[in-house]
Amino acid sequence: MDKYEFRTIGLSGLLLAVFFFAILYNSYGRKINMPTCIPADRTFQRTEVKKIDDHLYEFDIVARMWSYGLYEFVIPPGSTVDFYLTSSDVVHGFEINEKGVNMMAIPGVVNKITATFENPGVYPIVCNEFCGVGHQNMTGRIVVKQD
Amino acid sequence: MKVTKLLRTTILTGLTFPMVLFILGVYNGVMQTFYRAGVIHRQSTAGISYYQGLTMHGVINALVLTTFFAVTFGHYTITHYLKKEPPGWSYLGSLVVMAVGTLTDLAVMVLGKASALYTFYAPLKASPLFYLGTALLIAGSWIAFAGWIKIWYQWKRENSDKKMPIAVLGTFVNFTMWLLSTIPVVYELLALLTPWALGLTDTVHVPLTRTLFWMFGHPLVYFWILPAYVGYYTILPKVAGGKLYSANAARLAFLLFLVLSTPVGVHHQFSEGAISGGVKMWVSILTFGVAVPSFMTAFTVGASLEYAGRRRGAKGLLNWMAKLPWLEPDNYLFGYFICGLILFIFGGMSGIINGSYTLNQLVHNTGWVPGHFHMTVAGPSLLFIFGLSLYMFSHISGKPLRYRRTVTIIPYLWMIGVAMLSHGLMAGGLMGEPRRTNLGLTYTNPESQLFNSRWVPSTTMTMVGGIIMGTAAALYFICFFKMALSKARATPTIELPEAEELHVEKPLPIVLNMRPWIVISVILIATTYIPSLSNVYKYGRPVRNRFNIDNPINTVQDEKK
Repeated sequence: MDKYEFRTIGLSGLLLAVFFFAILYNSYGRKINMPTCIPADRTFQRTEVKKIDDHLYEFDIVARMWSYGLYEFVIPPGSTVDFYLTSSDVVHGFEINEKGVNMMAIPGVVNKITATFENPGVYPIVCNEFCGVGHQNMTGRIVVKQD
Repeated sequence: MKVTKLLRTTILTGLTFPMVLFILGVYNGVMQTFYRAGVIHRQSTAGISYYQGLTMHGVINALVLTTFFAVTFGHYTITHYLKKEPPGWSYLGSLVVMAVGTLTDLAVMVLGKASALYTFYAPLKASPLFYLGTALLIAGSWIAFAGWIKIWYQWKRENSDKKMPIAVLGTFVNFTMWLLSTIPVVYELLALLTPWALGLTDTVHVPLTRTLFWMFGHPLVYFWILPAYVGYYTILPKVAGGKLYSANAARLAFLLFLVLSTPVGVHHQFSEGAISGGVKMWVSILTFGVAVPSFMTAFTVGASLEYAGRRRGAKGLLNWMAKLPWLEPDNYLFGYFICGLILFIFGGMSGIINGSYTLNQLVHNTGWVPGHFHMTVAGPSLLFIFGLSLYMFSHISGKPLRYRRTVTIIPYLWMIGVAMLSHGLMAGGLMGEPRRTNLGLTYTNPESQLFNSRWVPSTTMTMVGGIIMGTAAALYFICFFKMALSKARATPTIELPEAEELHVEKPLPIVLNMRPWIVISVILIATTYIPSLSNVYKYGRPVRNRFNIDNPINTVQDEKK
């Protein structure tokens, strides 16, 4: 095979290796939060907001056609939220674009991600997976404000 | 070469039938851009609802047109290179089974009984006939492959000293990969979803069905693109006036696709809870791996084009680009190739972003994703289908191609449309615009409380791109059907431009034998899917759910009461 072909393979391999180290750095060095597996025995039937301490919250969210159980979730600035997400009917999405939170809500599975809300504001939650004719109405929001 | 009437009719039907349906597919695509841009604030238009139209757009464009084309292009290429016709049972059988499956799907989609999109994610239920029809469409393509294998072994006995032609290798790689990856989805369709949709079983293991779907869903995108790769290596250098830079590299690229295409499907499941981070990281590596043969193709095809430009008298570093046959009506195929390649540069780069485990978080299920894949499937794949459908139809029917100037301009117009559409979708996607959503009812409707003004410019850009694509497609349909409905003038033959090789290379034994590559492929599938499936069973459990798209009431519990 031609020597330039070998160089192409080498260079593209090198480029992809750089990209892959960027992923490793983000996952382990910067500890970007990613959707996490939760054993199937942790189940919940309805959406609930649990305050663990002043700045730590746990949201159990059951997505269903066509809401997240609650429309508005209110927390103070600086709160860290563990989102536990499942679905009681079909597959839904759960995206908070500003925070890079993006999860699938799958019936029979619990998904988890953690996010910290430093700045006050309104963070829309959008369902980004087709879930029936009311899909475009399925939203919620996180309101970050002082009590 | 001349071919029998039966094969000729099969090829002509295989080109025309999906092209007729594609009119409906394109119509629904353009309509979606109107809904999304907030020009239409309705559930449905002209009797087709947004999600019904979206299902048709996906099934017809991504499954029906592409599968029919891969099979038809396969018949044409294999017959041309092996100078033998596949056995009649194979091409006729496959055409009938695929057509029956397609017509079944079409009927239930038009009746609104299957509007759960082409990914058919359970527990949203489509008509059981939809699952059955889709399985038939897929299984029909296997029959065609069986016929090619038979004549390949005959050819091999008669030509034991010859290498497998590159076009035949590319086609065989494509269909071997396709066979490996479609078995899981046919199992899902027939063994899991059909009985569940019929009400024979009440439970469905959702993450399992998703994993089986994506085990097929990602190799599917290579199945769309590999016929175009066959063209880039074996036809384009000739059309451009040059030679293929390296044949061994071409063979290696195809074999790398065979190995890496199937195990990467899990990267569609990065944001799911049922698959562990370790598996996702592994799949990121494999997905980067499958970018290597595309980089190689970019180099080899680029080098072949540079050679062509220099042969046409180019001097200096970049002048060879200017010398290529950009807008020549007598050489209209070039535009279909080059526009696809230009789009694919961006399609490939955005694909690497999607395949990156952590970056995917920002783009998963947003408009970014259709923005990406319109630059692949509506880029090189579709432009190759457009160009070669004209070429093959004209030669095998003996009917002359008309309106050559228009035919020459179409790919450039289409490319501009795709670029704008994808730019709009990707920009919107980065701002959180969801895909598969009738935005016009809420998010881009100023009268709705959910109105989001940030998504108006991006969806408007998408719509302008959609209108340009629709115009290019309409011009194409006029040219295609004008030719199809005219009288034959020439003798029907099968012929293809055949690119010569630039260097005489030493044969590389490892790229001349598919068997070791098939073994590696199966091993890699096992290293990905054994842990994936065990995760799915560990973190997920089956549910008693079955839902129609228009009603939040579980039909399973209804029946119990």
